[in-house]
Amino acid sequence: MAMPIRSPKDFWAGLLYAGFGSAAILLARDYGWGSSSRMGPGYFPTVLGSLLLLIGVASFVRAFVARGEPIGGIAWKGLILVTAGTLLFGFLLRPAGLVPALVALILVSAAASVKFRFDWKAMGLMLVLVAFCALVFVKGLGLPVQLLGSWFRA
Amino acid sequence: MDLLNHLALGFTTAATAVNLFYCLVGVFLGTAIGVLPGLGPVATIAMLLPVTFGLEPVTALIMLAGIFYGAQYGGSTTAILVNLPGESSSVVTALDGYKMARQGRAGIALATAAIASFFAGTACTFLIALAAPPLSEVALQFGPADYFSLMVLGLVASIVLASGSLLHALGMIILGLLLGLIGTDVNSGLPRFSFDLPELADGVNFVVVAMGVFGLGEIIANLHDQSDRSLALTRITSLMPTREDWKRMIAPILRGTALGSALGILPGGGAMLSSFAAYSLEKKVSRHSAEFGKGAIEGVAAPEAANNAGAQASFIPMLTLGIPSNPVMALMIGALIMHGIQPGPSVMTEQPALFWGLVVSMWIGNLFLLVLNLPLIGLWVRMISVPYHLLFPAILVFCAIGVFSLANTQFDVYFMALFGVLGYLFRKLDCEPAPMMLGFILGPMMEEFLRRALLMSKGNPLVFVTRPISAALLVISAVALVAVLLPALRRKREEAFQE
Repeated sequence: MAMPIRSPKDFWAGLLYAGFGSAAILLARDYGWGSSSRMGPGYFPTVLGSLLLLIGVASFVRAFVARGEPIGGIAWKGLILVTAGTLLFGFLLRPAGLVPALVALILVSAAASVKFRFDWKAMGLMLVLVAFCALVFVKGLGLPVQLLGSWFRA
Repeated sequence: MDLLNHLALGFTTAATAVNLFYCLVGVFLGTAIGVLPGLGPVATIAMLLPVTFGLEPVTALIMLAGIFYGAQYGGSTTAILVNLPGESSSVVTALDGYKMARQGRAGIALATAAIASFFAGTACTFLIALAAPPLSEVALQFGPADYFSLMVLGLVASIVLASGSLLHALGMIILGLLLGLIGTDVNSGLPRFSFDLPELADGVNFVVVAMGVFGLGEIIANLHDQSDRSLALTRITSLMPTREDWKRMIAPILRGTALGSALGILPGGGAMLSSFAAYSLEKKVSRHSAEFGKGAIEGVAAPEAANNAGAQASFIPMLTLGIPSNPVMALMIGALIMHGIQPGPSVMTEQPALFWGLVVSMWIGNLFLLVLNLPLIGLWVRMISVPYHLLFPAILVFCAIGVFSLANTQFDVYFMALFGVLGYLFRKLDCEPAPMMLGFILGPMMEEFLRRALLMSKGNPLVFVTRPISAALLVISAVALVAVLLPALRRKREEAFQE
């Protein structure tokens, strides 16, 4: 008979803690334990990793014992588009330059909102924001990026 | 007198044209982000940190501090006028403040909030000036074992005061401690948890984590529930409280200030907890307790005094011990380190102008807020009506550029995206990210103090209980932890957070 998960939040958080804890212990294996009087680089991470693993197990167990609230819907659209937009910005910044990177970030992330419309007003605001950033960060504060990168040069 | 000399030094530092200007910029920006829901002081300070590189350290700190306490003012303005608390610390202000506004007493509620905040700010400036020197005297006696135990106490306190589950608070702290260890181990030179990426050799920058977890994570969460903000704005008529109002607000302001200062010093305390605690205390002791929730002036005065006091008192452990009591203070410590100043008890003796300049600037900033805020209410109200779907891409842009400019590397932008996803996950699972940020900052420090303490005691762990300071701190931690775990008190704590 399968035990029902009564507190899904505890269940997933427990898995998360246990995962991070075990990873820390595994990675710290090769770092050198040292001794108590001379702690090696692996000493503290191993102790912390073990504690985190314990907490993960406790949270995992609690998921089957105590009743908790459901997690609720995940905002997949926002999660994916905001993350994708940010990654795209990082990827485009060097080769394509600040202006295309900002446009990509704004357009991709704005699509995450149900209310956003690609109308003239929104486009105008985007241009103002991009121009502001170009002026303040690149011209004003001397951020070492090009407005248009090597992709746009023959 | 020492105190007067210190304050005079502070005034000469804080009252230069440049510092006054940046203080003004700070409190103005702070109020603005306090007004805007979905953009908090942590994300704003993190965004502006790179901009302050070119400034003098004291100027940078004055501006960043202004953002923090300015946000408390801004949050309450919108809480009162449109029932939208811009900051979590002004949630309780909305209860009675908005009711007062509906009764045509919006101006009086705003004035009460401003007066209460100003009084608390002034009292706290003096508290810092009085309490900081003896505290750093004590702190100079601290050995590595004592520091370690102090950090244990700090972390325990942040568990006790966290609003969610104890188990998760503990888990998040340890996760934070572990994340803080990423990068090259200072003693052995060995890169830890860096997956052979040269970009991780120096660890993950605190700002990257803070912006990911608090900035991006919050944006994703906010996008999920975009309810319409219908603004039922009330007209402001009279600003001046009546004689009766004055009489009723004095005691709550005093109690709120005292409670806020006490809770603000505690790690994990700060503005939000202070305002909640002050409101429930006032509700219990007030003679007008029946009016609470229906527009009682005490319900505005006490939490507003408390949140400002709490915000400012949280500077005390940061300035004297170098230990952050909340994520904003952790950012301040980050700012100090970036400017080449090692936070801790020596800051006061080695950088007296910086220390006292910052303390006095808080009082000046509070004065600015008092004078500026009421005339600018029209502007703030127009700001809240900016719809979120136009606002959040701009926040995202500033986060991305800010993170990139820390070290001019796109890898920080990638890491921010990663922590954004994690931050959203934590939110969904009810794991509070604030204790994690504390752990993140304290991780490397704790390891170093543990290492030194054990080195000096030749590996004998008893050193933590044989040194009196350390033993006392550990006993307090143990008592606090046991107290929370006891079922009777636990129920009380849950009740307190439900109000």
